[in-house]
Amino acid sequence: MASRSAPTSLRKRIRRKTPLLTMVSPVTVWMVILIAVPLAYVLLISFCSTDESHHIVFAFSVQNYVKLFDPTLLSIYGNSLLIAGLSCLISILVGYPFATIMANSSPFKRTLMMAFLMLPFWTNSLIRLYGWRSILGSNGFINSVLQELGLITQPLELLYNHFAVVLGMVYVLLPFMVLPIYTVILKLDHSLLEAASDLGARPARRFFKVTLPLTSSGIFAGSIMVFIPALGYFFVSNLMGGGTTQLIGNVIARQFKEAFNWPFGAALSIILILITLILVRAYTKTGGKMDDLGAM
Amino acid sequence: MSSQAIVELKGVNKSYGENHVVKDLNLTINEGEFLSVLGPSGCGKTTTLRMIAGFEQQTSGTILVEGEPVEDKEPFERNVNTVFQSYALFPHMTVYENVAFGLKMKRVARNAIKERVQEALTLVQLEGFEKRLPLQLSGGQKQRVAIARAIINQPRVLLLDEPLGALDLKLRKQMQLELKRLQKRLGITFVYVTHDQEEALTMSDRIAVMHEGILDQLDTPNRIYDFPATRFVADFIGESNIFDGLAEPQEGGTISVVTETGRVLCRGTSGFTAGEQVQLSVRPEKLRFAPEPKEGFELQGTVRENIFVGTFIKSILLLSNGQEVALTSLSGQPIPEVDACCYLFWEPEDAVILHAHSQEVWSTIANVDLSDFTPEASA
Ligand SMILES: Nc1ncnc2c1ncn2[C@@H]1O[C@H](COP(=O)(O)OP(=O)(O)OP(=O)(O)O)[C@@H](O)[C@H]1O
Ligand SMILES: [Mg+2]
Repeated sequence: MASRSAPTSLRKRIRRKTPLLTMVSPVTVWMVILIAVPLAYVLLISFCSTDESHHIVFAFSVQNYVKLFDPTLLSIYGNSLLIAGLSCLISILVGYPFATIMANSSPFKRTLMMAFLMLPFWTNSLIRLYGWRSILGSNGFINSVLQELGLITQPLELLYNHFAVVLGMVYVLLPFMVLPIYTVILKLDHSLLEAASDLGARPARRFFKVTLPLTSSGIFAGSIMVFIPALGYFFVSNLMGGGTTQLIGNVIARQFKEAFNWPFGAALSIILILITLILVRAYTKTGGKMDDLGAM
Repeated sequence: MSSQAIVELKGVNKSYGENHVVKDLNLTINEGEFLSVLGPSGCGKTTTLRMIAGFEQQTSGTILVEGEPVEDKEPFERNVNTVFQSYALFPHMTVYENVAFGLKMKRVARNAIKERVQEALTLVQLEGFEKRLPLQLSGGQKQRVAIARAIINQPRVLLLDEPLGALDLKLRKQMQLELKRLQKRLGITFVYVTHDQEEALTMSDRIAVMHEGILDQLDTPNRIYDFPATRFVADFIGESNIFDGLAEPQEGGTISVVTETGRVLCRGTSGFTAGEQVQLSVRPEKLRFAPEPKEGFELQGTVRENIFVGTFIKSILLLSNGQEVALTSLSGQPIPEVDACCYLFWEPEDAVILHAHSQEVWSTIANVDLSDFTPEASA
C-alpha cells in the first residue's frame, strides 16, 4: 500500500505543477479547432456590421440582434417553427410504431429494418429528395398513375407547398426519431408491462399509463434531433417547397450566399444555437441523457 | 380435503420449441392455502406461475381458476395478481400511485381509492411513504410496495415468484413471518415460488416439489420431509442418505434390501416385489451407530470425520463401496473415534423405500458378489 501511495502523491504533485495546456489531449485540440474557434468567430461577427462592399467591419453593435425582430422575419420564424413542429409530430407518429415493431421483432428482422432505416444514408439526401420530386412532380409518378387511371385530368400540385416540405423533412430526419425511441423501448423492462396487465390495465391504458411515460425520454431525444435540423435544412425547403416556404435556415443561407451579410447571418445562427441549447437543457433537466442524443 | 379448489391445473404441458419445460402437470390449489412451489433452478416454477397469471399460454391442458377455464382470458381479466421477483414497480410513479394503479384500472372512485391505498400501506407498514418514488426505497420497502400493489384488488389468488429472493438473510426471515401473517389475515390463497427449501418448509401449508418440469410430490411439509415420494425429493429437501438395492419382502411387513454394502431392513408398504430395484432414503438423524451387528443389518462404515455443530454432532462415514453417508447424533452421546469401523442401523420404519426410476445402474449391482466385502478389507 505504502509503495503504491508514494507514486500517486508524486503524480498528483506533478499534475498540480504542470501547466494545464500540457495535459490537453489531441481530441481536445481538434474540438477547439473544429468547433470552438468557428463558433467563437460566429459569435464575434454577429456583433459586427458590413460596409457597402460587404466587408465585415469590426465595430461592436447590437444592430443585427435588433434586426431579428423585423416583422417579416418574425413570420418566417413562426412558419419555420410550425414546419419543424409538424415534421417532428409526424416523425413521432410514424417513428414510434416503427420503433416498437422493430424492438419486438426477431434479431434478423430487426437487422433488416435497421438496414431499411439506414440505407438512405448511403446516398446523398439531395439525390433522394430529387427522387421525391420525380414522384410528386406534375409529370411525376403519382400524377401519371392518377391520370392513367382517369381519376384526374389536370396534374395535381403536390410539390411546392408546406406539405411537400414537411414530407421531405420527415423523410430525411425520420431515422433520428426512430433510433432514440428504439433504444428506450429496447431498454424497457418487460415485467412492468406484465405488471400493468396483471393489475387490470387493458392494452390502450397500459400504453398511455406505462409504456408512453417510460419511453418519453426517447421521444424527447428524437424530437430534438428532428426539430432543430428541421429549422435549418434549407435545401429541403428549396427542393420540395421551391421558394414557397421560408425556413430560418433559408434566411441564414441567404445572408451568407446572396446578401453577403455575414454578421446578420451570424446573429441568426446564434439564435438557432440558443434554441438548441435551451431544448437540450430542458431535455437533460427532465432526466434525458446526452448519450442518447449523441448515440447516432 | 374439506376446502375448495380455487386453481386447478389439469394435464398442463408447456414447450418452448423443442424444450419441454412443464410436463403433464396436475395440481389442485385449495382456497385459502399457502402453497409453495419448490424446485431447483430451471425446473419450470416461474413458467407454471406465468401460465396461471396468463402471461404464458400452455401448450396443452387446462387451467381452471374458480372453476372456470382461463385459456381465453387475458391477464387483465383474471382474478389473480402477481408479485414479481424483481418487484416491477413503476419507476415513474410514487408509492401511492403504484399501489393505486390496480384500483384506477378498475375505475374505482377517487375517495375509495384513497381509503384502500391507506389501508394497504398500513397493512405492509409503509404509512408515510406515499410520496416516495421506487428509486428512494430500500429492497424490503420495495417488496412491501409490490405486495400492497398486488393485494389492492383483493384477488382470490396471489402469485409470488421468489418475492424475497433479492433480500438479505435477516430481512428475508422477517419478511417470511410478515408474509405468513398477512396471508392468514387476508385469507388469500398464496402460490409461492421459491427454491429455498427452508422457506418452503416453514411457511407453507403444502409444498409442490417440481423437478425438470415434473411435479414429484404435493404434500404437507411434514410428510414431504418424512416420506419423500422420489429420490429427488429425498435429496432436495433436507439431507438424505440414499441406498440403492434389491427388495426382498419378509414376513410381517418388513422388507430386506440387499445393497452393495450389505443387507438392511425397512418397513414396507405393499407394492414391492421380490427382486425389485429400490432406493432407500434415510435421514442422517435416523441413522444410528450400533456396538454390535443388529438383526437384519449388515451395514458397516468407517468414521471419516466428526463435526461438532452446536447441539449435535455430524459424523461422515465411508461405506465399503466408497459411498459417504452422514449421521447426526446429539452432543454428549458416545460416538466412535475417527477411523474406527462400526456397525450402522436404523429403525425399519425410519427408512423410506422408493421404487427406483432408472434401470441402468442395477445390472452392475446385481453382479457384485457381496460375500467378498469384509469390514477389514475396506479399512
Ligand atoms: N421465454 C422462454 N423461451 C424459451 N425457453 C424458456 C422461456 N422461459 C423459460 N424457458 C426455459 O424454461 C425452463 C424453465 O424456466 P423457468 O423460468 O420456469 O424456471 P424456474 O423454475 O422458474 O427457475 P428459477 O428458479 O431459476 O427461476 C428453463 O429451462 C428455461 O430456459
Ligand atoms: Mg423462476
